[in-house]
Amino acid sequence: MNREKPARAPVQDWGKDFDHRDPRWIENPFPIWDELRGTCPVATSARFEDGAYFASRYADVREIAYDAEHFSSRRVIVREKKVNPVQPAPPITSDPPEHTPARKLLLPAFAPQAIARLEPRARALCRELLDAIGDRKEADAAVDYAQHIPVRLIAHMLGVPETDGDLFRRWIHLVLEVGISDESVIMPALTEMSTYFFTEIKKRGAVDKAKHGDDLISFLLGARMEGQPLSDPHLVGTLRLLLVAGIDTTWSAIGSTLWHLATHPEDRKRLVADPLLMPTAIEEFLRAYAPVTMAREVVKETTVGGCPFKEKGQVLLSFPAANRDPAMFPDADKVLIDRAENRHAAFGLGRHRCLGSNLARLEMTVAVEEWLRRFPEFRLAPGAKVTWSEGTVRGPRSIPVFTRV
Amino acid sequence: MKVMRVRVEADRCQGHNRCCAIAPELFEADELGNAHAKGDGAVPPGLEAKAQLAMRNCPEHAVRITHE
Repeated sequence: MNREKPARAPVQDWGKDFDHRDPRWIENPFPIWDELRGTCPVATSARFEDGAYFASRYADVREIAYDAEHFSSRRVIVREKKVNPVQPAPPITSDPPEHTPARKLLLPAFAPQAIARLEPRARALCRELLDAIGDRKEADAAVDYAQHIPVRLIAHMLGVPETDGDLFRRWIHLVLEVGISDESVIMPALTEMSTYFFTEIKKRGAVDKAKHGDDLISFLLGARMEGQPLSDPHLVGTLRLLLVAGIDTTWSAIGSTLWHLATHPEDRKRLVADPLLMPTAIEEFLRAYAPVTMAREVVKETTVGGCPFKEKGQVLLSFPAANRDPAMFPDADKVLIDRAENRHAAFGLGRHRCLGSNLARLEMTVAVEEWLRRFPEFRLAPGAKVTWSEGTVRGPRSIPVFTRV
Repeated sequence: MKVMRVRVEADRCQGHNRCCAIAPELFEADELGNAHAKGDGAVPPGLEAKAQLAMRNCPEHAVRITHE
């Protein structure tokens, strides 16, 4: 599954030639962002088609997120070569005015009340995974646990087999990681995903929509936008989005949280002793380790933070960097699990606020609670090599731990 | 005596759900997940700090507090 990565020149100047695939950025991007905020708050790079921009300050990220006139959502991943024609996945790739109806359609399925009903399933599947680890002393908190939770829950919501997880993770790895540098893998992966969903749609019978179950595929088949059923490209684009957006994002957030607790025993002990602190702690983990960097395409030349943005340029919209801006968050570089005031932007800002934010919070909370209940004294295994994902979504892909003392 | 009230500006709220999570006594979400104040938004005694906290955690600056 891992292809050989082409050799790239190491970055010498983060301001004028940044590369978010550089091993130093992947391993620990925070000092790089701190440096940029002080020297060159909007970094540029010619390594990506039509040039790329990276805003490191909260105020600039916020301004770009709110500005659909100059910054389009039609490309949400910065790639070495742009994929043409653009591959719509409404509503994440939609701009106004198309965005509002496409989003409104999905909102009820992800509203807090709807998501709360999934808690028993989420808790049960976490316990199944913990049972599988059993009383082993050595485990991998990412591989044995975090990576399975969102896959199984979204499969449950879509009404597809939970056992198809390997397939889903492969597609996501191709589209979001390998495909940033090697565009040849993207279309085949997208086509495979479309074929998968067309088969699922067929299973539900296209004619009599009343017979559909209450899964998300059935819900979308029965949905109407301005009185019309969704077109096939809209339907399949949205399904691909729900699959891609809900998996490695939350897996990364759960993984980063467990990694933090594995390496900060004082925070782990405090959470075990005071479970009421959990909601505040989860928000702080979301701030400090926000997994998702979005993207925009410049559609009209403009200036943000005193820096020019040229038409067609690709913009990394780094909510993770915004969340580490000391101008917005006191002690931004410290993880304070009792940080009461925390206006973080982990789920984005403005009209594209993460549709799945309520689901992600539920999964993180349940996953951490269940893990700590089973392994209250876990810690990073001595000499462990923790590996981090590359590209758009940041999180640990391997966290070797000792489950007990 | 002045009454403390909370209010959610509908055109700013994007459904982050922070206010509802922090102060479920004061806020609730509609079927789309967007928030509004419960009842007339009056903050009962003892919940002033929660109201402030909800305001200070809204990523969209949609939660407002008034004293009338």
